[in-house]
Amino acid sequence: MYEAARLSLYFNAKLVLIHVGDKTDEKYQKFEDILAPFAKEGLEHEFIFTPGKPVEVILRATNILKIDLLIVGALQRENVLNYYVGSIARKITRKAQCSVLLLIKPSVDRVACNHIVVNGLEDPKTEQSIKTAFYVGHQLGASKMTIVEEIRQQEVHVNVDDDISLRKAEIAKEKLRRREDSRVQKIVNEIPQEIKDKIIMKTQPIFGKRGYSIGHYAEVVRADLLIMNAPSKTRFWDRLFPHDIEHILTELPTDVLIIQ
Amino acid sequence: MSPKKHHIVPFFKALPRNIFSGFVVSLIALPLGLGLAMASEAPPISGIITAVIGGVLVSILGGSHVTITGPGNGLVGVLLIAITALGLEGTYAAIICSGGLLMLLGFLRMGKLADFFPSSAIQGMLAAIGLIILGKQFHIMLGNKIVRDNSIQYLIEIPNSIKGVFHYQNTGLIYAAIFGVISLCIMVFYNRIRNKYLQLIPAPMWIVLLSIGFSYYYELVAQQPNPIASEYMISGIPALNTIIAELPIPNFGGINTLTFWSSVIALTLIASIESLLSIKAVDKLDPEKRRSNINRDLKALGLATVGSGFLGGLNVVTVIARSSVNVNNGGSNRSSNFAHAIFLVIFIALFSTQLTRIPLPALMAILVYTGYKLASPTVVRKMFVIGKEQVLIFLATLLTTLFVDLISGIIVGVLITFAIHILINKSAALFLRNIFKPNVLMYHEHETAATSNYYVSVKHFSTFLNFYKLKQQLDAVPESADVVVDFSKCEFVDHTVMENLHNYQELFTKKGGHFEVVGLDMHDTDSEHPFALRRILPIPNVLSKNLTRRQHALEELATDYKLTYRPEKNKNVHTLTHFFYFRTKQIQYIYHEFKDESSLINLFDIVYSEGEFIAKENVRSTMITMNLPAGIPSFTIDKEGFLEKFYAIAGLKDINIEGHSDFSKRFYLLGEDEEAIRKFFCNELIHFLESNPYYHIESNGDQLLIFFKERLATIKEIKALMDYGKRLQQVILHIDTPLVVNELT
Repeated sequence: MYEAARLSLYFNAKLVLIHVGDKTDEKYQKFEDILAPFAKEGLEHEFIFTPGKPVEVILRATNILKIDLLIVGALQRENVLNYYVGSIARKITRKAQCSVLLLIKPSVDRVACNHIVVNGLEDPKTEQSIKTAFYVGHQLGASKMTIVEEIRQQEVHVNVDDDISLRKAEIAKEKLRRREDSRVQKIVNEIPQEIKDKIIMKTQPIFGKRGYSIGHYAEVVRADLLIMNAPSKTRFWDRLFPHDIEHILTELPTDVLIIQ
Repeated sequence: MSPKKHHIVPFFKALPRNIFSGFVVSLIALPLGLGLAMASEAPPISGIITAVIGGVLVSILGGSHVTITGPGNGLVGVLLIAITALGLEGTYAAIICSGGLLMLLGFLRMGKLADFFPSSAIQGMLAAIGLIILGKQFHIMLGNKIVRDNSIQYLIEIPNSIKGVFHYQNTGLIYAAIFGVISLCIMVFYNRIRNKYLQLIPAPMWIVLLSIGFSYYYELVAQQPNPIASEYMISGIPALNTIIAELPIPNFGGINTLTFWSSVIALTLIASIESLLSIKAVDKLDPEKRRSNINRDLKALGLATVGSGFLGGLNVVTVIARSSVNVNNGGSNRSSNFAHAIFLVIFIALFSTQLTRIPLPALMAILVYTGYKLASPTVVRKMFVIGKEQVLIFLATLLTTLFVDLISGIIVGVLITFAIHILINKSAALFLRNIFKPNVLMYHEHETAATSNYYVSVKHFSTFLNFYKLKQQLDAVPESADVVVDFSKCEFVDHTVMENLHNYQELFTKKGGHFEVVGLDMHDTDSEHPFALRRILPIPNVLSKNLTRRQHALEELATDYKLTYRPEKNKNVHTLTHFFYFRTKQIQYIYHEFKDESSLINLFDIVYSEGEFIAKENVRSTMITMNLPAGIPSFTIDKEGFLEKFYAIAGLKDINIEGHSDFSKRFYLLGEDEEAIRKFFCNELIHFLESNPYYHIESNGDQLLIFFKERLATIKEIKALMDYGKRLQQVILHIDTPLVVNELT
């Protein structure tokens, strides 16, 4: 909640607190107390108390209130049961119509957000994600941003068997790397200069499984925020054979923002 | 530019050397082929057929460079069972089917198959195969043919056979046993005696030559019948035309039975494991550090196996011992494999009648020795050093293989390894939860232009179960690059992975890259993973507090010469790998180091090995390295002898220095930059070399390596070596200064 309130301040947004459960004075008072310092700084806020099934309630509320960003706290790793049944946070993420921010380590005090990792997949949604990422980064005062282009192993088309095929593969990879870089660069160029100013931008092509590598990368470089495209559609089948975003959802490497 | 021309010229240049090397290999392949075939109870000639078909087909179609193919010792156990169960013709059918499966594996790019087995389990399986071979052939070696139900009983009978030798009444049997023991001695002591002329012919061929000579001696000189009992002579080596005329017809009658297919699977499994392990090991020995195309090799091996099955041969596999010999004799491309096949055909065509003069015990001694090498106590000792749990895996696999069969053996090995991993981690969830998840991240760090390296991070756990994922990524890195493998996010790393990473490390160092494993220090402090920790550097603590007499003497010597003396083992030997001499050799460590205060001269005892795997031979020697301030051309000087002349014929050129014909005659000088070397060898240096006792001298550009024999030096010899080194340094430094001045002016 502290984190959410802080973020709302950064984005000059209205904070809507959805609590699943009956409204009691006690709870109301508690929330008010927490938000009091932020309210002083001019935070607009609203409380909604609705009983019912958490996932449904939250999703309905986001739809009705036309909420732009949903902030959810989540466990870092799902256990086997949760993995197949789905915890609340993940269910929401999978079904929500708006952008979702998953927080794995919400804290009372502000932890500076320095390094943002964004995906740079070849996907129509990517452009939006990167732009949003720069906006978010600008608002949060992030200093470093890495755009990770994940390239599928299959795209290399060369199987490494011996020295000759290894050389071929290296050349093919270099080509792909250049192609991806120029594609991302194009997107970045369209972003207004004042937002980009304070952020050191870097691109990092990775050859590996989509959706997985970026998560692992974010963990390795100890990024503070990972920004991803929203998945197109996921079914139970996808969770059995995880791909793309499911890898990240099962093991949240850091805070994750999913852009719808 | 035409790439074709580019390839063909060096090929022809290297051809004489490769043919020579193929010849030496064929000398080993002949007795081994006969012996392995007989050990599997197939007709002896089938071993030769296997080697010929394998040599021809794999050398043309294969994807590796210096490997030799032929009948493998790992398959003896499986073939034995197959032949008893299916009969010879049925086994040929099974061999053809397994060849098909091997090809399929190659097309499905399953060259990574061998990575799925824990290395201790594979060691256990190989040791079991070694014991099977040893157990069965030991009796024949001692002239005591017995038939038992299974390999365990053969092993139990060994003491009885030894006792029995002393009670033989029949002189034929006594001679047979004597021959067996002499042959075994030749095999055992051959490598201890490092004599050029003796080493020219491989040990198995000495045995063959001696036994044929022995038989001719009795026939021609003594005019007596051969004293060795006739049932202990090789029988049924047909002439070349009979082989072609009487091709066996494979019997596919049993194709619907379970036994048939279990034989096929066992054959395929063992053939692929043996081949893949051998290819991996031989790649480490390749002087040109090329990478083998494993899948292409598998396809070629499969095709060769099919062909060999139709022509009455056995499974074709890549064999490590013969491949090591190939590398040591200068084999540099696949033509040596081809040549080895052709020489075998020539032998059979010309000498098929002479071959029947070889007594069986002599051949079996060769097999007993290979069997012993596979199951030698050093293997078990190595396991103990690595960890007790590895011994457990090893023994479980070994015993199951001996008592049940190979396939159950390897399955038990895998299961036990997995169970032990779970026990060590006290959690199965770690493995179950993450087994299908990707766990390897690799990316190319471009931080600065000067240091661009590959970073590999591994998560969760890394064991034989998912090593292929890591391997896939590592294989995509050129060996000349810098790689950092980070295990800090990985909770558990097993022995198989550590061993494989160590192999990568060696490969990268040899090819000029750098391979570093980081993030295991955390496992160090964490008592839950002692396994991973112990795996990092299994340095056996051999250094006891009481020094040996030699060490005391060395210490005295050090104080005498005012040198610093360090008896500890030093594994940091990568500067040595640049020397030509060590290109096909693996340096283990150096110890008993002497350092000059100016640290220009460094004298040490060194342990290095030739060959890989079961053909591995450790050699100890004493050497000097000397840093030289100015750059000099790289060269090698050796005494001109018989072997070197042979090499000279085979393609490498001796550089002659004008006006010093005596020097040129006595010393064999080898190097790439002829002109620079001519310039470097001025009169003074040549006079020095001529007037002093002979040493092997080698330069790699800025360091000199000096030694004289492939054994440890005595104290006296060390003094002489030290003195020689110092004086040589003076001579070189003297001539170096004017040389530089000349160039400047």
